This record gives sequence, C-alpha cells and structure tokens, in this order.
Amino acid sequence: MSRPHGSRSAGWAAFLHYGALTGPIIGVLWLFVVATTAAVAASFLSGGAFRPSGLASLILGVALGLAALRLTRWPLVGVSVVVMAVTMLVGIGPVATGQAPGWAFWVAVFATGIGTGLGLAKMLHGLPLARLTRHEFEDAVIRFLTGFGYLFFTFIVAVPFYVMLMTSLKNQQQLVQNPLDFSLDLSQGWHLFDSYVELMTTFNFGSYLWTSFYVSLLTVLLTLIFSIPGAYAVARLRFRGAAMFSRSILLIYMVPMIVLALPIYIAYSMIGLRNSVFGLVLIYPVTTIPVALYMLQGYFRGLPAEIEEAGLMDGLSRLRVIWKITLPLSLPALASVSLYVFMIAWNEFLLAFMLLDDPSKFTLTRGVAMLNSSEIPRQHLMAGSVIATVPIMVLFLGLERFMTKGLTAGSVKG
Amino acid sequence: MPDAVPPKGRGPLAKREARLAWGLLLPTLAIVSAVVIVPLLSIAWISVKPIGLADLRPPAPVARENLRGEAEDLRLQYRVRNSSRSEPIGDVTLRDTLPEGLTIREADSRCEINGTAIFCDLGDLDGGGRDEVELFVALDGDADPDALGDMAEASTPQISGSADNILTNAEFTTANFARIFDGGEFWRVLGVTLFYAFFGTVGALAIGLFAAMLLNRSFRGQGVLRGLYLFPYVAPVIAMAFTWVILFDPFSGSANALLLRMGVTENAINFFGDRPLALIMVTVFEMWRYFPLSFLFILARMQSIDDDMYEAADMDGASPFQKFWFLSVPQLLGILSVLFLLRFIWTFNKFDDIFLLTGGNAGTRTLTVNVYEQAFAVSNIGAGAAVAVVIFACLLVFSIFFFKFVSREEGL
Repeated sequence: MSRPHGSRSAGWAAFLHYGALTGPIIGVLWLFVVATTAAVAASFLSGGAFRPSGLASLILGVALGLAALRLTRWPLVGVSVVVMAVTMLVGIGPVATGQAPGWAFWVAVFATGIGTGLGLAKMLHGLPLARLTRHEFEDAVIRFLTGFGYLFFTFIVAVPFYVMLMTSLKNQQQLVQNPLDFSLDLSQGWHLFDSYVELMTTFNFGSYLWTSFYVSLLTVLLTLIFSIPGAYAVARLRFRGAAMFSRSILLIYMVPMIVLALPIYIAYSMIGLRNSVFGLVLIYPVTTIPVALYMLQGYFRGLPAEIEEAGLMDGLSRLRVIWKITLPLSLPALASVSLYVFMIAWNEFLLAFMLLDDPSKFTLTRGVAMLNSSEIPRQHLMAGSVIATVPIMVLFLGLERFMTKGLTAGSVKG
Repeated sequence: MPDAVPPKGRGPLAKREARLAWGLLLPTLAIVSAVVIVPLLSIAWISVKPIGLADLRPPAPVARENLRGEAEDLRLQYRVRNSSRSEPIGDVTLRDTLPEGLTIREADSRCEINGTAIFCDLGDLDGGGRDEVELFVALDGDADPDALGDMAEASTPQISGSADNILTNAEFTTANFARIFDGGEFWRVLGVTLFYAFFGTVGALAIGLFAAMLLNRSFRGQGVLRGLYLFPYVAPVIAMAFTWVILFDPFSGSANALLLRMGVTENAINFFGDRPLALIMVTVFEMWRYFPLSFLFILARMQSIDDDMYEAADMDGASPFQKFWFLSVPQLLGILSVLFLLRFIWTFNKFDDIFLLTGGNAGTRTLTVNVYEQAFAVSNIGAGAAVAVVIFACLLVFSIFFFKFVSREEGL
C-alpha cells in the first residue's frame, strides 16, 4: 500500500483532496488575508489609501498557490515579491493604492510579497499536484488556519492599543485632517507629549496616579489579611458547614457589582462616606475577598498536609503552622493573588464612578471618565487611557508568570 | 475486658478544630456579610419603597447663628429652617454654648439657660417652615463685638429633630415593580441581556479555543504571544472602551475612514449608535475583551492532556481533524461547559462595558444598565432597586444550574 493512512475513509471535503485544487484555494485565501492585512497596516502607518483587491487576489492567488507546490521557500518568496511589485506598480495588484507616500507603497509591496511567499511555502510545500491523502490535506488546512490565526489575533489585539497610543500623541488639527494618519511627526520634538503634560499639570493626573496606587495597594493588603485565615480554614480544617461555605464563596463571587453598588451608594450618602477615598478603601477589599478566598483555598488544598502535620507534632500551634509553614510555601500563590487583586482594584471603575464626585479625590479610572466630555479633546482622553494602562501593563509583563497563574487559579470573572 | 469501641460523635480535638476554623473565618464572614448580605437585604427593602434620589437626604432642621444689633439691642439670633419643602419635622431642639464674653439678659421663652448652656425646644417645623430664636445678651466688659460675632457664626449649634424617613417608615408600594414590568420595555431589556450574555460568551469561548489551539505548541515567541493575547483583559476597561468608541466614531473614527477609503461603505457607519449594529458591536467588544480568559483556561487544560493518547491515535492513523474531534474536544468539554456557565453568569451581570460604550442607548440597555438608568438617570432609586432584585433572582436560578453542574466537574 503506497499510502499508509486515510485510504478507507475519505474524510472531510473529499473532492478537494487534490494538490491542484487545494493549492490554489489556499493560495487565494491566504493572499487575500495577507493583502487585507497589508492594506490596513499600510493605511494605519501612513494615512494613505490602500485597499485589498478581490479579483487580483483571486488570479494571483491561484498562480502562487500552484507555484508553491513546486518551488522551495526562497524562490517562491522572490517570485511573489516580484509579482507584487510589478502588478502593484501597474495598478492591478492585490493591494490597490490611491494617494499614499512612496515608502508606504513599498511597505505594502514587500509585506504582501514576503508574507504571501513565506506563508504559502510553509503551507503548501511538498504537496503533490495529484490526489492528497487525508493527512496531507488536513495538515495544509491546519497550517493555513494557524497562519491566519496568528495574523488575526495579533491584529485585533495590537490595533486598539496602537490607535490609543498614537491618538494620544496627535493634536486636534492632525486628528481632524486625516483620522487614518497615525504616522508621527517627529519634528515636533517634545510637543508630541503635549497631552500628557497637560494632563499632569492642569488635570491633576499625577495625584490620581498616586491615589490609584495606594488605594490598590491597601486593597491588596486588606484582602490578604482577611482572606488568608478564611481560606486556610475552609481548605484545611474540618468543621460542619465547610462544604457549604466554600460554595457560598463562589455564590457571593457571582453577585453583580451594580446590585451592591446601589445600596452602598445609599448608605454612603447617608453616613457621609461618599466622596472619600477612605470609603473606597473600605469597599474595594470586600469585592476582592471572595476571589482571593477562592484562589487561596484552592492553593492551600494542593499543599501536602503532611508538612503541616509534622509541624503540629513538633508542638507548633495551628496559627504558628500557618505563619511558619503554610505561608512561606504559598508565596507564589500569594504573589498571584496580590497581582490579580491589584489589577482588579486598579481597573475598578463602577464604584469609583458612583462614589467619587470631587476631582481632588479621583482615582485614575474616575479621572479618565471625567475626560470623556465633548469639551475635552480626544487626544487627552487617549493620553489618560494610556496613563491608566501603562502601569498595569508593565506590572503584568514583568510578572507575567504569576499573573497568568493568578488568572487561571481563581478567575473566570471579568 | 470490655470490647474496644470506636469513638462516637465529635471528640474534643474535633471540637477544638471547628472552633479554630470559625475563629479564623469570623472576620471574613463578618465583613462579607456586612457588605454583601446587608446590601442585598436592603435592596429588597428599597425595591418596595416609593423612593427617589432626592429622598436620600432626609428632612433635617438647619440652623444659623448670628450676633446682631448693638448695645441695648445686642442679641444672639438662631435662624432655623426645614431642609425639606414637603415633610414636617417634629420635636426640633437646639443646643449651643454661650460664647465667652456674653451674658444673657433676656431669653426666648422656649429656651432654658443653664450657665453657658443653651437649650431650646422649638416644637414642630412644617415642610419648608422657618423659625427664629432670639436671646438678648450683654457684653462683658470690653469684649469686642465683631470678634464675638465671628466666633458665634463659626460655632455651629447642635440641632436635632425627628422626621419621617422614607427609608425606614412603613410605607410600601408595588409601583416600582409595576413600573419596570410595564409595557414591552422589560422584555426587550431582558432579550438584549440574554443576547449579549449568550453570544458574548459563546464568541469569547470560540475565539479563546482558537487562540489556545494556536499556542498549544512550543515555539520561540510563544510566551510573548501569550502575553500579548492577554492584553485586552488586563488593560482597564475604561481605557479599552474609550479606545473602541474613538476608533469606531462615525465622524472622525479611523475604522470609518478606513472603510470609506476601501470602498466597503458609501456613508460613515454609526457603529455604536444604530440599532441593531450597536448591540452587535458591544457583543463583539465583549468577545474581544474576554477571549483571553477562555484562552488561558482552555490552554491550561490542553497542556494537561496526556500526550500518550495522541501518540496512540497517530499509531492508529487518525487524521489531525479526527484527533481534534474525537480526542481534544471530549477532553475539553468539561472546562468548556464550566467556562460557559460561569462566563454566562458574569456577562449577564456585566455593567461597565456597555455603560461606557453606549450608555445603554441604541438598543443596548441590559438589565444592569437599567439599574443605573432607573436609579440615577430617572432618579427613581426604588425602581432601580426593583431591577436589581430581578437580576438577583436570575442569578439564583443560574447558580442552581451551576451547582448542579459544577459538583460533577471537579477543579473549578
């Protein structure tokens, strides 16, 4: 038997299982994906007019898809770049160009050419023109989906952040003139950061940063102080109601914030805690304690009980066991929980929005919400967003290992 | 020799352990019940009260102190008024201390003077009513009347009264519930909420599954990509929501400019302002922002699947799609369904995202946004509380489902 697999069941979309069909189809789809990506990217980079052309993608895609079956990687890339350059110069390429700076045109040419060539070489190389086995066909489809996936996700994640950052560096006139133009005018020098300077000086964002920071830090501390003993009790000690208790933690964790926010608003209005950072620090930990309890009890359960029992045998009291054995062993979990709680408190918007009215006491998110008014230019709003985003991102990237662990350990909540 | 019997009931050690457990739990229990249980009860209470935003400030007597006149006519004057225009206040009393340097010559008949302590019983004050108390005083020696006047104005007299508080009285109404269930409005809001919760959750799960499959292999840059794909979730919702609003702005948004240039559309599209596009957009935002969570959980589960199984499947000649359908999907079904239930509940409860993106306009008002809308935009706290009670009832129903289900799915 020449083909080891898949001869009995033909599998999915069997009529496509010919290299001469699969190659061109994947060629067309991939070329169109790359052309669209390149067109959008070139537009966002230069403000020029680029758009993908379906017809050109169809014709060239078929050709390149067939070529990919025969050529190895670098020749294919070469052919692809040359084809793109020629067709786009004539104006019939897969990326149609309107008014645009020259460099952006060449960026589009090379991005489309290299992207198409490399991608197709990876997806299609070595496939025969004739009938494919089910494995060969499905592997090619999966490689196409993988390539598409990487482009798609990187794009949808990167574009909003790119737009946020670049808008914050523009001025009103540039924004109105061409909303697509995100290129930086470096000749402005330090004036690029005018929005930030204004936020820091006239809008008091320095103090909001500080408020957000210490509110988040206090929230983390209070949350840990309250949740560590509780989580330990639920995880380790046997008492009636332990199971029910660990369920009710999850139930409380599901209560929507807005349902609690209304009575809290009423109570705070009546006892005069509204409009005070102290009131906020009182309420934030309560929103995070259930999460922390939930995460920590899961971790404590996973610790071997024998170590603690050894400590008990050696004459330590339970509390000393927690302090001397359990906590040092759970440092990674504590780090995850702290980071996660810090993130929740830093990003919290609803309570800060409802409870704070006095601009001198705002947290960062409340300050950004204040910028959302028709009188304040958009680049200020985006600069405020960047100021709110950057610290948490730096923290996240620096401690990503803990953060991902923290997120998986306890939260499906957003 | 008596037979050895196993101990029955709970021994002293078990009791001690339970005591310790409750001791450790007590602070947490106390604070959580104070801020979760009490508000939940109070919201149920408020939902059957006819109460508006303005009623949060209960009627109270307000007093102002002044030193007026000169020489023979010098008098300490207290002006009292009712802060509420409609509600009467009963048993209004006023207490103050006489500033040093003054002696009382003649007091208002309603006041008792005891040394430097002043106590006046002013009786009832009608809604919007005013009252005045005057105490004729004399200067001691060479005291400066201006300084004394400033001092008198600076010190605040203590004033109290008992008014009927709408929050605590026995007046109940079903008008709040009647109001929110009135007309088709409620069902439309519920429909929007369910659409948003269902498609937002399913979409986030599907995209998350896709992303997890992409990253479930080791290659250089895998860590970087994983970090990048988590960005939408880690960044503050307010920053992300405003970025989307600006990106999709109908007049000056980049997305519209791009679509116009590409010739996809003739006119600018109002992404967050047109029905039903706005609802679709907020759902897409939800998918975009929360796919990282599903992705993280699914990836964690994928990495814990044993490789042996796939090797065995390879030996049997299973194709890649077959391995996905017949091996990966069944293995992931547990985490997927738990994630679906949890995320569905939380999306159902979501407030910030829609509030920031559309403010609940253009057919995107969900139940949670409706709480805010009723309580603050329409200033009807009672109706807002009624919506909150409905949300809580939905939550209870969901959680019954959840616990029936999750008790079988260990680990989450």
